[in-house]
Amino acid sequence: MESSTTKMPGSAASVRNACKLCSPLGASLVFKGIHGCIPMIHGSQGCATYIRRYIISHFKEPVDIASTNFSEETTIFGGHKNFNLGLDNIIRQYRPEVIGISSACLSETIGEDVNRLIKEYRQMNWGSELLPELVYASTPGYQGTHIDGFHETVSATISTLAVKDAKVGEHINIFSGFVSPQDIRHLKEIISSFGLDYVLFPDYSDSLDNPNWEKYHLIPPGGTLVSDIKRTGAARGSIEFGYILNEGAMNTRVNKAKQVLTAGEWLEVNRNIPYHRIGMPIGIKETDKFFELLEWFSNKPTSQKLKDERGRLIDSYVDGHKYTFGKRAIIYGEEDLVIGMVLLLLEIGIEPVLIASGGTGGRLKQMIDELTEGKTKDVKIMNNMDFESMNEMADELKPDIIIGHSKGYYIARRLNIPLVRIGFPVHDRFGAQRLQHLGYQGTMQLFDRIVNALIEYKQENSPIGYKYI
Amino acid sequence: MIHTEIDTQRWKEEVLKKYPKKLAKKREKSIVVNDSDVIHPIQANVRTAPGIITQRGCTYAGCKGVILGPTRDIINLVHGPIGCSFYAWLTRRNQTLPPTPESENFMNYCFSTDMQDSNIVFGGELKLKQAVREVFEIFKPKSIGIFSTCPVGLIGDDVHAVAREMKAELGINIFGFSCEGYKGVSQSAGHHIANNGLMKHVIGLGNTIPEGKYKVNMLGDYNIGGDGFELERIFEKCGLTLVSSFSGNSTMEKFEAAHHADLNVVVCHRSINYVAEMMEKKFGLPWFKVNFTGAEATAKSFRKIAEYFGDQELIDRVEAVIAEEMALVNAELEKVYDQTKGKVAMLFVGGSRAHHFQELFTELGMSTLSAGYEFGHRDDYEGRSVIPTIKVDADSRNIEELDIEQDETRYNPRKTEEEKAALAEKGIEFNSYDGMMKDMLKGALIIDDLSHYEMEKLIELYHPDVFCAGIKEKFCVQKMGIPLKQLHSYDYGGPYSGFEGAINFYKDIAMIVNTTIWKKIKAPWEREVTIEAEYAA
Repeated sequence: MESSTTKMPGSAASVRNACKLCSPLGASLVFKGIHGCIPMIHGSQGCATYIRRYIISHFKEPVDIASTNFSEETTIFGGHKNFNLGLDNIIRQYRPEVIGISSACLSETIGEDVNRLIKEYRQMNWGSELLPELVYASTPGYQGTHIDGFHETVSATISTLAVKDAKVGEHINIFSGFVSPQDIRHLKEIISSFGLDYVLFPDYSDSLDNPNWEKYHLIPPGGTLVSDIKRTGAARGSIEFGYILNEGAMNTRVNKAKQVLTAGEWLEVNRNIPYHRIGMPIGIKETDKFFELLEWFSNKPTSQKLKDERGRLIDSYVDGHKYTFGKRAIIYGEEDLVIGMVLLLLEIGIEPVLIASGGTGGRLKQMIDELTEGKTKDVKIMNNMDFESMNEMADELKPDIIIGHSKGYYIARRLNIPLVRIGFPVHDRFGAQRLQHLGYQGTMQLFDRIVNALIEYKQENSPIGYKYI
Repeated sequence: MIHTEIDTQRWKEEVLKKYPKKLAKKREKSIVVNDSDVIHPIQANVRTAPGIITQRGCTYAGCKGVILGPTRDIINLVHGPIGCSFYAWLTRRNQTLPPTPESENFMNYCFSTDMQDSNIVFGGELKLKQAVREVFEIFKPKSIGIFSTCPVGLIGDDVHAVAREMKAELGINIFGFSCEGYKGVSQSAGHHIANNGLMKHVIGLGNTIPEGKYKVNMLGDYNIGGDGFELERIFEKCGLTLVSSFSGNSTMEKFEAAHHADLNVVVCHRSINYVAEMMEKKFGLPWFKVNFTGAEATAKSFRKIAEYFGDQELIDRVEAVIAEEMALVNAELEKVYDQTKGKVAMLFVGGSRAHHFQELFTELGMSTLSAGYEFGHRDDYEGRSVIPTIKVDADSRNIEELDIEQDETRYNPRKTEEEKAALAEKGIEFNSYDGMMKDMLKGALIIDDLSHYEMEKLIELYHPDVFCAGIKEKFCVQKMGIPLKQLHSYDYGGPYSGFEGAINFYKDIAMIVNTTIWKKIKAPWEREVTIEAEYAA
């Protein structure tokens, strides 16, 4: 059954098939990237259950997220009792190094002062050996999207733990954003190949993609060490991926007086650490920027192995352009991922006809037009999009391919065109945690998948039955 | 490998030791060593302690996701921030089959008012009204349900008033649910709220009397993985008319006509017994409990239905169907039985599945050494006879109990008390459910609202051959080297109901309990050589 009336995206009261998730989900992902951390959502237990369920269906790994299990009484008299009890119970069962606390709609609506609750809990348990680090990120589900919750939590973790007045070290900070575990592993390989000492945060490359275990671990191994998070405050520089980052949360606040800083910005302002913001290293141009920075920081040239990866990528662009050139694509997802993908598509001759994000930052169009030097000025580039709005626009746009996560499948199915799955959530294909997007290697993977999707489509849909394509 | 009662008692003590005192005291009452002769009381349907990782969901999930989720021709509009609607978007595997490609099917959609900061501060009723008008204008549905999420109750948006106003304005059936997530102990509260809503706003609206000789409503099958399709097949084959199903593969029209049926059969007691009770009071439809999980249980349940109508022709037809189906079932069972017999299962899921699926394991020659519900109440464990003794607490008081009276014109008791008594003699017990405990082994561990920590300890104790739960538990258990079968989503398999369902389940379990991958966890070069020696004195 198809709908008939088109509404202006963003102008309607109802959202039909959302292209965004809520901010505590982003918070939980970041907390999974801290070594020895148990996330706890201060709110209704359904939030933790839904979010666990969703993260697990993508990563296929154990994901424990505690909740303070608000009841009617809690919503009226405040959550301090549940908060303390929740922390007590987690500590007793898990002995975590960190408890990552995020708020939810409920605690935010009643105006819970979580920072005060933390202070009181610390006072009550002063001197206890078991007292973990307590990190708090404010993530009301009605401000911004999951990606804003993600960046807010990265920033909150850093501002809580980063050392002050320490001697500047040799290391650099990498804030890589919401990327796949395989992406993180690859980033670590790249940075190590320059001989750099670094702190990458959040690093859920193991905790959300563990090998099988011989013995059960209450808290899955992996994550950025607390000691490493602390020393981000003494780094000689930070690299942060993303042009939009947390602008969505700011944009949706009633009270916009307080500027929210990203982790990199916060360290620059409060710890005087030089800050480099680049896009997600997807495609040759954006990845080159990343490698240039690494060469500068390390004062070393890119290794032959990685140079060869770049070379092979260019070689395959040459070989593959006949399949991609002139094809029309719809692309959707988180703003920074979408920007990276658009820049890649332009490199390989695919014409984006609709660039959409459920993100609420509001600057997607401006940013992409700037980065593409106006090449996209006539392309529909939209924030605040939902899938039904995309679906309604799709016929007219005559796309050959759709690139985004699993939720857009129904549009691809209706149009009978391929969907190349990237990002999150991917729950209708196997191996989401191993999808690669970043660096020359990740770009190569994306390129191969896009080309093969187009080839497969041609082969399946031609009466000739091509055997060589 | 049946442990003695002493083992299980000791296990319980060890587990409780790790908890803080108060929590230990609380959990103590939810862990019972079973004695099928003397049913021991269990603590159930009480709040999960904060900080304990629970399997449970929220009131909204039970209301929107479970009960009204599987109905294809109603627009379910979620009033709240975006997450709640997104997470409930096709995540349960309830399937639907519209008669034609053009037929209404809104189940693939996720509608939300996507409340923003400003709506929380200044109120969201205007946005809700606008959203209702929009979805009406675009989709022209016959009904719209509005579901409240956590902040709605707090900021005081009156979804019921908005529903009434919009109903008057648009002229279609629109109703709201106050199913804010924090309202109840678990999704179970949401089931109750949804049951009430259906009774208040839907059931009884239809005036067209459905055709059919033996008219039945099936309550509490949600067509997960096509369960409902298989059951529809058997109903039809037996010559029974399924007037409505609450709520697998359902439509509003069928709900509206449900009072024209002559019998309610209850599959999942927990989620929908309220509707059965209320329909009996209002319209005089008797209900009894059935179980369509397990081939024998399915046969027994269909025999019960035939006996209820008491028509020899129907009884013979049902027998013929059973004979035909059981031949296929037994052929499959024969193939796998040697591979499954003697193995051990555990089930921690749902409000009835942890009980019903034991039937299938018994058929496979497997034993269930431990089980428990995620959101069951005491009556689901101990039987309905305990209902009068269940303590009413703040949480249960919070959920409205509808005051149902006999419908003045339409009340029609389908069976007289004498007829009911005569059927009871034949083993058909009306308004009755014996619960899980009676069917379980003596000494089995029954645990309500199993926590993560308890789950790990349980696995250490028994090393079951298969552990049944949901996706949240799946990868933890598998990391412990034990296969987990998802009984919420069926691991995207199924159906597991009815006769074909039993065959599917036999195959899947035989595969799971015989997989060899667990033996490969240690690489050959890692295997330790054990050297035994004694110290010289």
